[in-house]
Amino acid sequence: MKVTFSADELAFRDEVRQFFAEAYPADILDKNNRGIPLTRDDMIRSQKALHDKGWAGVNWPVEYGGTGWTPVQKYIFAIEMAEANVPAMVPFGLSMVGPVVYTFGDEAQKERFLPDILASDVWWCQGYSEPGSGSDLASLKTRADLAGDHYIVNGTKTWTTLGQYADWIFILARTNTDVARRQEGISFLLVDMSTPGVSVKPIITIEGDHEVNEVHFENVKVPIGNLVGEEGKGWTYGKVLLQHERANIAGVAESWYRLRKLKEQAGRSVRGAEPLSADRNFMRKLAEVEVELRALEYTELRTLAAVASGKAPGPESSILKIKGTEVQQAIDALYMEAAGYYALPFVQAQYEPDFAGEPVGEGAETQTSLKYFNFRKASIYGGSNEIQKNIISKHVLGL
Amino acid sequence: MDFSLNEIQLMLADSIDKFLENDYDFDTRQEHAGSDRGYSTEVWQTFAELGWTAVPFSEEDGGFDGGPIDLMVVMERFGRGLVVEPYLANIVLAGGILKRAASAEQKADWLTSIIGGELQAALAFVEPQGRYDLSDITTTAAKDGDDWVLSGHKGYVLNGRNADLIVVPARTSGDRRDEDGISLFAVRADSDGLKVRDYPTVDGHQAAELELEGVSADIIGAEGEGFAALQATIDEATLAVCAEAVGIMQVMKDKTIEYSKNRVQFGVPIGSFQALQHRMVDMLTDCEQARSLLMWATMVNAAEQDDARRAISAIKYKIGTTGRRVGEEAVQLHGGMGVTWELDIAHYFKRLIAIGQIFGNADWHLDILAA
Repeated sequence: MKVTFSADELAFRDEVRQFFAEAYPADILDKNNRGIPLTRDDMIRSQKALHDKGWAGVNWPVEYGGTGWTPVQKYIFAIEMAEANVPAMVPFGLSMVGPVVYTFGDEAQKERFLPDILASDVWWCQGYSEPGSGSDLASLKTRADLAGDHYIVNGTKTWTTLGQYADWIFILARTNTDVARRQEGISFLLVDMSTPGVSVKPIITIEGDHEVNEVHFENVKVPIGNLVGEEGKGWTYGKVLLQHERANIAGVAESWYRLRKLKEQAGRSVRGAEPLSADRNFMRKLAEVEVELRALEYTELRTLAAVASGKAPGPESSILKIKGTEVQQAIDALYMEAAGYYALPFVQAQYEPDFAGEPVGEGAETQTSLKYFNFRKASIYGGSNEIQKNIISKHVLGL
Repeated sequence: MDFSLNEIQLMLADSIDKFLENDYDFDTRQEHAGSDRGYSTEVWQTFAELGWTAVPFSEEDGGFDGGPIDLMVVMERFGRGLVVEPYLANIVLAGGILKRAASAEQKADWLTSIIGGELQAALAFVEPQGRYDLSDITTTAAKDGDDWVLSGHKGYVLNGRNADLIVVPARTSGDRRDEDGISLFAVRADSDGLKVRDYPTVDGHQAAELELEGVSADIIGAEGEGFAALQATIDEATLAVCAEAVGIMQVMKDKTIEYSKNRVQFGVPIGSFQALQHRMVDMLTDCEQARSLLMWATMVNAAEQDDARRAISAIKYKIGTTGRRVGEEAVQLHGGMGVTWELDIAHYFKRLIAIGQIFGNADWHLDILAA
């Protein structure tokens, strides 16, 4: 057992650090540091910068253009990316549909979709949840009825993150209702959002932003070639995807960055107040989160090491989702508490690039409550934390 | 970055596993704990013969040259087996302070016999008024000609009942709570002026209160400079009991899950109730998080990194909080059986709680981390 990096790993770390300092678009980092919302174009440029370096497919196999990195390299990359405050990659293409296509898709699908996903030339979104199917996802009602060489899709998907930017959507739809188990008869389909009958309606979330959507399908024609794998096996593919999603959901590197920044902030006087570091209660809460995060970091590293030795990321990755979101939410709450009164002004316009007025609060202080409110989603999405506990209970504890 | 044990550590782990499986079931443990000495001298000899008592000592001192990881391997397994033999008191505490501070001659006299299993020893690191502050020492040592003479009171001296040699930190200069001016002394258990009031502890171990009135003693190390060795020894011991606690937590979690599959109420196993399932998932998560933190803290200490002491506070805080929670949940889910003397769960729980109480509780270590 050892905690230190090898010389090669240290050299890799320097390379990543240097890349973010010198070759990555500085204007995007500047926006991110100032709390200015990123545009669709910013996010694409960010990912393209990584792609140009060959670093977009972090978890992808080399044969499909992935990095082929070791778990430790991936860990170093995540830490350096967070420390440089580089925006997280949009997961729907690179982390979700990509792995499903290269694992279960046919050669034509791989050729057609993977290069565009890797290059961020096509923006993907996820169509899983429905208004009537949240935690009970297998109850989904969106139908895909075979009619000759295409499916006719009807139904509604919801909580579709950044669907307003998306070119394509991957969906789980029911292709067969005459099945013994509800999980059977569900298929994994790739749908071009510009197909007639697809419409996107915004859902404004608690903090006032347009981040998620409802996507409606009305007699949408989807070519049969857009079915991934076998008809009726979509549930299995979707579960694999969810495990990938959960493994990446812990957000350890981002949490370290945010906790470190919060500590720095606590050591400074804001508006002439005594620094928060003199507040024992606050510092104790900070320390509690730090311990939990350190434990989570090593739980994730242990999981990655197990994967590297040939085991798939299994149900135990559910632990990472639960703990990761708990830590994220605890940090959000601490930022909000640190801001005091100045967590409360609802002044999003001052974070627009063209804002010319007098801003309220220091730095991004007034965004802390909005971030807190927004991130209540974390323990709900990706399979709520209660669903994660059901999964662990059944598949790990055997109850 | 590597989480695997090396070949020697795997062999060590394997030999302890075999011993626990074949020779140390719960009834045997209870028998040892309830015996006159509170442990089995025969088992202690076995530990010495198998080389386990040599683990945390350098080859030069006659040891196995093990570091924090080797000690973790031993203690985690002793936790799983609920081993009551005084490994912590003899090897980690008394042996730990001697290996750091004693002269070559003193080591030859004492350390060699401790490793050999012939000498029972203790370290008196607690004073009744000191709570968890190691430097809060009012026991005094004064020169009487060439001799040192000690007076004062020491509390919770682990293995105090059986120790023939007790290492006693005492003040040779400075004020209460000064780190400077603390010296280390070797006191013979049969010394004039030493009163030993021994007692069993709730976790099946045993300890003693010491009253020293003009007790003659030999100094260990340089006068007034004993604190660093004392602190380093307690740090090593803290990490060691955290490994023991992680072993205990795992057993309590596993036994609880097993019990919930077999205990039938309302016509079904109680493990089929979601209200209990989620609590057992929390126990699993707590166990995994504690194990991760233990591995990190142990590796950081093995590498002697700058944050080594903070890492110890982090894992001790974790054990004091989530360790206790796992223990309480295990008892709760065992229902009435969980609070019987008969069931092993109760005794694992008591040891886990005892570990939370010693070497600084959760609040003590959280304050260190928050400073």
